[in-house]
Amino acid sequence: MQRILMVFLAALMWGGMSIDLAALEIKAAVLRIDPPRLAPISRYEKFPEDNGFAGAQLADEDNGTTGTFLGHTYETTTVAVPPEEADAALDAILADGIRFIILMADDADLTRLADRAAQDGAVVFNAQAEGVALRDNECRANVLHVAPSRAMRADAVAQFALWKRWPRWFLIHGSNPEDQALAGAYRRAAKKFGGRIAEEREFEDTGGSRRTDTGHVLVQRQLPVFTQDADDHEVVIAADESDVFAPYLPFHLWTPRPVMGAAGLRPVTIHGAHEAWGATQFQRRFEELTGRYIREEDYQVWLSLRVLGEAVIRTSSNDPQTILDYAISDEFELAAFKGVPVTFRPWNGQLRQPILLYDGRITVSVSPQDGFLHQVSPLDTLGLDKPESSCTAFN
Amino acid sequence: MKSLFLSAALASVVAMPAMANKAFVSNEKGNTVTVVDTDTWEVLAEFDAGNRPRGITISPDGKKLYVAASDDDTVRVFDTETYKEIHTLPSGPDPELFVLHPSGNPLYIANEDDNLVTVTDTETRTILAEVPVGVEPEGMGISPDTKFVVNTSETTNMAHFISTEDYKIKHNVLVDQRPRYAQYTDDGKRLFVTSEIGGTVTVMDIDDTGAPTVAGKISFEVPGVLPEWLQPVGLKVTADGSKIFIALGPANRVAVVDGATLEVKDYIIVGQRVWQLGFTPDQKYLLTTNGNSNDITVIDVEKEKAIKSVQVGQQPWGVVVTPN
Repeated sequence: MQRILMVFLAALMWGGMSIDLAALEIKAAVLRIDPPRLAPISRYEKFPEDNGFAGAQLADEDNGTTGTFLGHTYETTTVAVPPEEADAALDAILADGIRFIILMADDADLTRLADRAAQDGAVVFNAQAEGVALRDNECRANVLHVAPSRAMRADAVAQFALWKRWPRWFLIHGSNPEDQALAGAYRRAAKKFGGRIAEEREFEDTGGSRRTDTGHVLVQRQLPVFTQDADDHEVVIAADESDVFAPYLPFHLWTPRPVMGAAGLRPVTIHGAHEAWGATQFQRRFEELTGRYIREEDYQVWLSLRVLGEAVIRTSSNDPQTILDYAISDEFELAAFKGVPVTFRPWNGQLRQPILLYDGRITVSVSPQDGFLHQVSPLDTLGLDKPESSCTAFN
Repeated sequence: MKSLFLSAALASVVAMPAMANKAFVSNEKGNTVTVVDTDTWEVLAEFDAGNRPRGITISPDGKKLYVAASDDDTVRVFDTETYKEIHTLPSGPDPELFVLHPSGNPLYIANEDDNLVTVTDTETRTILAEVPVGVEPEGMGISPDTKFVVNTSETTNMAHFISTEDYKIKHNVLVDQRPRYAQYTDDGKRLFVTSEIGGTVTVMDIDDTGAPTVAGKISFEVPGVLPEWLQPVGLKVTADGSKIFIALGPANRVAVVDGATLEVKDYIIVGQRVWQLGFTPDQKYLLTTNGNSNDITVIDVEKEKAIKSVQVGQQPWGVVVTPN
């Protein structure tokens, strides 16, 4: 069990105050469950030791700076464990009196651990799990989803494809359950926005290592054959959460087409080159602190803790239920370097947020796209809208 | 640039009774400053101003132009006649907005990267103080009695009231998301803080000691424009306090607010992504920088109408007009 304690001690700096100064301690924990992982296809995507935790470190600094003006101190513990130690790690966090828990876990672990946390009245921020069911029939009243769902990512891609007038899609998905789930999100997105899956194929995960010395020779021969004779399509959409094949698709397709999804144009919450809406300062702060570029997990953990910090500031409370109620209320809004405020959907606790479309170097576009309208917020065109979610936990 | 020397020389030889005023516009992407004649609305010149010029202001005697060259981590000082750089001022990293003491010294600079307000002596060119503030300091305002400098921090969402005497923060006020700009009324009794992402302007009453009390909030509504696009950024108030003009960023409009009732009277359509505002000294005109249409809009203050637009450099950001 790896355990790092990060403490930001606030020092009061002045005499007079316009804000009620009531000392508050806000203790949070980031619990990261690390399953055995294969190396990624691209070594640019190597999993850093401080994945996610780096976001917590920055959030403690950001919240702590604001806290100095209010008498609030933030202390976030970070814990990384293999799956079999997850329950014991959560028990230890709860035994420490921590009631704000950021989970970096898969769907099944998240639900189980959130239910355990609920017994002690703790609020869980989901910074990783993307299952649509967690925002639907499997939702929980003590869970705020800061990570976008697969449906939100798929809808972000679908809107761009249709804005480009690429209505016919060649969907290639992996064979593992999470790839299948993502493929389902793309099928649903096609139906929702008027696209059509012209062709669908499964790329089987036959196991083995991801990279070999001259693997590209084989790939160059296999991929064109695999993608040949597909029905007419304008774009290839790759559903490959397992990172088995998608990076090979661009340039190896039988019919040359743009690729979106798991390769080519990817839907992301952040990337290291995102500079719009004041993000440059955020990127610089992160890089100075951690010595590397930001990853989505870092941003999602940072954002979870910023949601907590913002709710603490506005309510002057560190009570979990008060924080949760405020976060899903109409009062809550937060700037997150996305150009519009991010807020929570009161029907399922999902954070509304724009999704960046990233080509590996720059932000190509941002969804929701122009013209996708909604009676409440264009952000609700991404993911499960109120009538589409069967979640009743927040009623 | 040679012809400019000539015109400057001519101006000094021929004693002109009333010199035309010049508007200086910083072009964030073009790395230049555009000079516009405020009588004829002709572009007089465009000169290099360093990398990513944003904040722009002018000395009380109208002779020195201060430009925050954000990517050069410095403030560049230019001669307003010759457009030559006189010297630079130490600013701390990534300066964006600043406010000049009405006497011309010192300059109070917001450093977004370091959570600091830097106080720089414009004569000795040294840093007098660094004041720790909230995360991503941005907007800077100074009270007319010069006792307080107000800084807004974009991620902390506060207005910090810094004493100009001891550089200590005396008051903090929470405002809505991403506060961008702070502006006092000329009588010093009110302070306005714009919140870009919150979509509001927080109005504070200022008492005799300089202490703030939140008096209310101004919000905006334009039929057919998504509420998310109504993002208040720059703000100016007429000398008599009767009219408040607020640039609404991607809504491409400037709101006109009644200074007494704080009601929005009108929305003036200007160029795209309207950012900062600047009055001519007589306050007959208000200039807006329109970052995405590469122009400035001239607003007739009395009539509350846009009367002209002038093409400037790439992505105009800030504007200041020479004093009389």
